Amino acid sequence: GRCYLYMKTIERAAFPRRLWERVLLSKNYEKALEEIDENLIYWPRFIRHKCKQRFTKITQYLIRIRKLTLKRQRKIVPLRRKIERREKRREEKALVAAQLDNAIEKELLERLKQDTYGDIYNFPIHAFDKALQQQEAESESESDAEKEEEDEEDVDQREFVEADDSDISDFEDMDKLETSSEEEEEEVEKKASRSKPKGKTPLKGPARRKRPYIEIEYEEETEPSAKTKAA
Amino acid sequence: EKLALKKKRRKEREALGDKAPPKAIPKTIENQRVYDETTVDPNDEEVAFDEATDEFAPYFNRQTVPKILITTSDRPRGRTVRFCEQLSTVIPNSHVYYRRGLALKKIIPQCIARDFTDLIVINEDRKIPNGLVLSHLPDGPTAHFRMSSVRLRKEIKPTEHVPEVILNNFTTRLGHSVGRMFAALFPHDPQFIGRQVATFHNQRDYIFFRFHRYIFKSEKKVGIQELGPRFTLKLRSLQKGTFDSKFGEYEWIHKRREMDTSRRKFHL
Repeated sequence: GRCYLYMKTIERAAFPRRLWERVLLSKNYEKALEEIDENLIYWPRFIRHKCKQRFTKITQYLIRIRKLTLKRQRKIVPLRRKIERREKRREEKALVAAQLDNAIEKELLERLKQDTYGDIYNFPIHAFDKALQQQEAESESESDAEKEEEDEEDVDQREFVEADDSDISDFEDMDKLETSSEEEEEEVEKKASRSKPKGKTPLKGPARRKRPYIEIEYEEETEPSAKTKAA
Repeated sequence: EKLALKKKRRKEREALGDKAPPKAIPKTIENQRVYDETTVDPNDEEVAFDEATDEFAPYFNRQTVPKILITTSDRPRGRTVRFCEQLSTVIPNSHVYYRRGLALKKIIPQCIARDFTDLIVINEDRKIPNGLVLSHLPDGPTAHFRMSSVRLRKEIKPTEHVPEVILNNFTTRLGHSVGRMFAALFPHDPQFIGRQVATFHNQRDYIFFRFHRYIFKSEKKVGIQELGPRFTLKLRSLQKGTFDSKFGEYEWIHKRREMDTSRRKFHL
């Protein structure tokens, strides 16, 4: 960007083409100021001063432009309103169609079934049903295995619960879930135990002894949090 | 009038009893989806071979541990800053660095030198985040997304355990590679004690991200509690190498004129 000095002389107002006179100013800032001075020599002082001020401003912004073009430029892309509305609408519909919560729950349950979690989660009812429904010849070995499982279960569940003790705030929210689920579990367990009186009592003996023990454990653990809730 | 028709049909079905024709399945967009030839078959050999040899192989072979750098565009505003912080708590082993006018091309060699595996840049517009650039660093693919409906987290914070990852519905080849990019963000061994799960669910080309905490109430029921931010992404372009807007080799660009014409055609 080079700067030119344009001068207008009123004598030439009749010829618009020759109205403005052009002088090329030098690139050197100080020399250009001198050139302005010598060109506008008989013009009033105020106008000369203003002209020089303008020239200063112009050179400064030219310098800034050159610097900015070297840096990264931000490209401004216009949004199209129609397209944007379309996308928004489609997104909402996709969200509804997705049913995320159900999908996540299904996925988690599938992973549970496929045993990716290993032995952390043990549900006594289901394991018990499976054990009964499968071959009865294996009942003894299974009862032993179950005893072991249930031993591990106690230990695991104790760890499980203790690990969660640290986030009591979470627990307060989950409390409702857990107490209700625990009630369900108790009811289901009781029903299961009642519905199979014809089953093998020797099998049930140790199991029954263990189960109320587990229930008591849960109740103890949830009590303090209930107290904190009340407090 | 429709109700009358329905009632009639139901009566007919009941009257016929066993011989009734099977129930009509309602048409949904997912049902009517135009068949995409690049759909991945789980048993596809070529795909399996590709996966073993592409840029994510070191991750899936457990040779590299993911280390992620989260940054924004210039001058991030409050919401974006908070969003960055929350993201960094969600993704383990991630660091947030602010960018004061640093060029991305200069950042990338530095990141590689410092052993980062992924770079996330959150672009901002009018004080809300609206774009995401995710690039896998040692010369990996770069994906540019448009981010919408960002919700910040309320109150509950995730713990420091490594969460599990769920990737839903990434069927085509493109979707598969994008899904693997997401999976490469998280460390390979989730800690099940933490009981946290990050979900990337793809539905009609929109990827929904959610972060939940779950408990198993019983064998068949699981309760989930949402914590952590949520956002939706739409893929705009996928580049072969690292971020390079002018000279990069684009693997896939979303062309509005061509790709948005049919309501039943999706690419992810």
